[in-house]
Amino acid sequence: MAKKRTVRTIPQQRTPVREQDPRERATNFAEVNCGYSEAEALLESQRCLFCADPVCIAGCPVGINIPDFIERIGAKDFRGAYDAIGRTNLLPAVCGRVCPQETQCEGECTVGDSLEPVAIGRLERFVGDRAIAEGWANLPHIEPAGRRVGIVGSGPAGMACAADMAKAGCDVTVFEAFHEPGGVLRYGIPDFRLPNEVIDAEIANLRRLGVKFQCNTLVGRLFTIAQMIDEMGFDAVFIGTGAGYPAMLGIPGDSLNGVLSANELLTRCNLMRARDFPAYDTPIPLGRHVAVVGAGNTAMDAMRVSLRLGAQNVTCVYRRSKAECPARAEETHHAEQEGVVFKWLTAPLEILGDDKGNVRGMRCITMMLGEPDKSGRARPVPVAGSEHEIDCDQVVFAIGTNANPVIGQTSRLRLDKRGYIETDADLATSMAGVFAGGDIVTGAATVIEAMGAGRKAARNMKAYLGIREPGCDLAAATIFGIQASERNFARILSA
Amino acid sequence: MLATMNDIQEGYGFEIVRRQDFSDVTYLLEVRHPLMAKAARPGQFVIVMSHENGERIPLTIADFDRAAGTVTLVVQAVGKTTREMQQTCQAGAHLHALVGPMGIPTHIGDARKVVCVGGGLGVAPIYPQARAFKEDGAYVIGILGFRNKDLVFWEDKFRACCDEVILCTDDGSAGMKGFVSDGIKQAIAAHSDIDEVIAIGPPVMMKACAETTRPHGIKTMVSLNPIMVDGTGMCGGCRVKLGDQVKFACVDGPDFDGHLVDFDDMTRRLRRYKEEETAAMTRWSETCRMESPQTTL
Repeated sequence: MAKKRTVRTIPQQRTPVREQDPRERATNFAEVNCGYSEAEALLESQRCLFCADPVCIAGCPVGINIPDFIERIGAKDFRGAYDAIGRTNLLPAVCGRVCPQETQCEGECTVGDSLEPVAIGRLERFVGDRAIAEGWANLPHIEPAGRRVGIVGSGPAGMACAADMAKAGCDVTVFEAFHEPGGVLRYGIPDFRLPNEVIDAEIANLRRLGVKFQCNTLVGRLFTIAQMIDEMGFDAVFIGTGAGYPAMLGIPGDSLNGVLSANELLTRCNLMRARDFPAYDTPIPLGRHVAVVGAGNTAMDAMRVSLRLGAQNVTCVYRRSKAECPARAEETHHAEQEGVVFKWLTAPLEILGDDKGNVRGMRCITMMLGEPDKSGRARPVPVAGSEHEIDCDQVVFAIGTNANPVIGQTSRLRLDKRGYIETDADLATSMAGVFAGGDIVTGAATVIEAMGAGRKAARNMKAYLGIREPGCDLAAATIFGIQASERNFARILSA
Repeated sequence: MLATMNDIQEGYGFEIVRRQDFSDVTYLLEVRHPLMAKAARPGQFVIVMSHENGERIPLTIADFDRAAGTVTLVVQAVGKTTREMQQTCQAGAHLHALVGPMGIPTHIGDARKVVCVGGGLGVAPIYPQARAFKEDGAYVIGILGFRNKDLVFWEDKFRACCDEVILCTDDGSAGMKGFVSDGIKQAIAAHSDIDEVIAIGPPVMMKACAETTRPHGIKTMVSLNPIMVDGTGMCGGCRVKLGDQVKFACVDGPDFDGHLVDFDDMTRRLRRYKEEETAAMTRWSETCRMESPQTTL
């Protein structure tokens, strides 16, 4: 850089990204956000100030060196940018699309104090897509560590953990209950937000690192966690199964035909390709008037999928206001653009059925915001006498998940009182050698948080297995009077 | 019975090693899966996808052979998927996906005298339970119900592991004329000390069994097979009502107390894809007439 950039000298406007027209895209499953072109990425890269104290990095759950990769984009060194991201994040094409950047890196960005923040997510995606197009992969020299690691669940937590353990030289096998790997990236997030080709490319990268994927395997029931350690020869196990047990509201009428969880709708549509029924055998309920309860990312996905499946109108029913809506800003914006009607401060009381047991409407009540609750958000309070009916023939619950019971039923792992796996700060569970992370520990969270947990568990698994981090020298100059240079520790390998 | 990595399926698909037809709608598939054969216990089920574009269907495990490394499924051709499988799933063919064993195994408890009731296709999955109770030293009464004598299967297997077998057919063409609930009445009349009744079959049959035992206060367990996608608790499609509780059949079941299950709710929910199922069936039957049936997958 010849001259130091300041907020005044950089391009003032955030470079817009091309998107499919809302009316057109609401009828197809092609990606909404077209991504930056090279010229657009170069332009946006000019907006980074390369702060002395890069606060954006602190905002990233996996600590990507953001100014470094943006600087390389600016120098048209896209491969270098990919390598810079790849040091901490294996899946830039995924994270650039699904991270809630506005509350992470972009939320911290200094430019954001006076202008719109640097579009870090779009830049990351640009680099990730370029890598897929060019077939780049970060294949470090891997020295076999003689350790076997089993990973339960092939979602973001499992993938991130698998990548780190494979790079550390472990023989890694990932077990997945579905017939295809990817977890929530595959069954949950729709193609118009995260195309399958992106997931395939990232999984291919893991395979190149030597990671093996074993689908159709329900760990706990086909074999237990204890058997993995005791009988199958795994030296360490990571559990990243996700929360995976959708919450239902428990209001009258919630077993009517036409009421389903967002997970079911999305899985049928995305993984099972029910949107192409009858070419694919899985059917999907097609509502004309769809009400989705909840306003998180999953709710937005369910609404936008319903539109694309041909719903005439889709209504979001959320008991708090727009300010408390937990979805990624871009998703809410896209849903609005595509014609979703938002009924903020509205809570369902009862789902109404016709004489055939199908949904014909939903009785709701208007809410107002009261005192903050335990989560710090304003508690919604019903407004007396405000009951009203919404016409709908399908109701989708996207109100979060409870802990999936399978691992708890089949192991002696200590669980917390809600059924989630209990871990210490190092993500170690109550069983030696068994670590856990992601939604099955924290409850429902984001893809990048799950990846962060997978990587954190990997660091601690390496320590548990006695695998040194590359480049990390033992700190003390002398141990028992032996000089660092004279030490000749050999790793103890299992027989 | 150690689990080892060598047991894990390599390569593509799951091989069908034996196929047997019980009637023109009911067929048996024995599939190679050594690890599942080791893990399977009575009462559990699997999810099958016959081909890449197929749907995931739950099937209760009818038998498992740990020495041979196989699990046995009995299928009734009722819809598009199961009729297509009837054509394509021959010995030597492969299933695209097979995952399990799923669900909580049946509790083979302290019951000393049990009645194992199977209706139609339900005769197959009740078999491993009858055998397990017998091995556990219980007195086992098997009650098998079919529409007519042409549909009867596995009578010999039940005779080998039950102390008594009551065969019922709707038209009286084999065994006694009547429903399995009539068989239960007969068993209750002959034995005042029945500890438990286990019933598997169509919802209407399980409901009838539960109503038959209710006045006698006999514990009655039923195995539910609602519509599922993943079978791991993730989608909630299989939720059933038990009194005022909602349970997921895939991970909280499939066995539940028959006196608590809301069978009417379950029956209604089983019909929710009726239209799509009929459309798929019609479309498939039409294409079938034009193309010769596939023999392998």
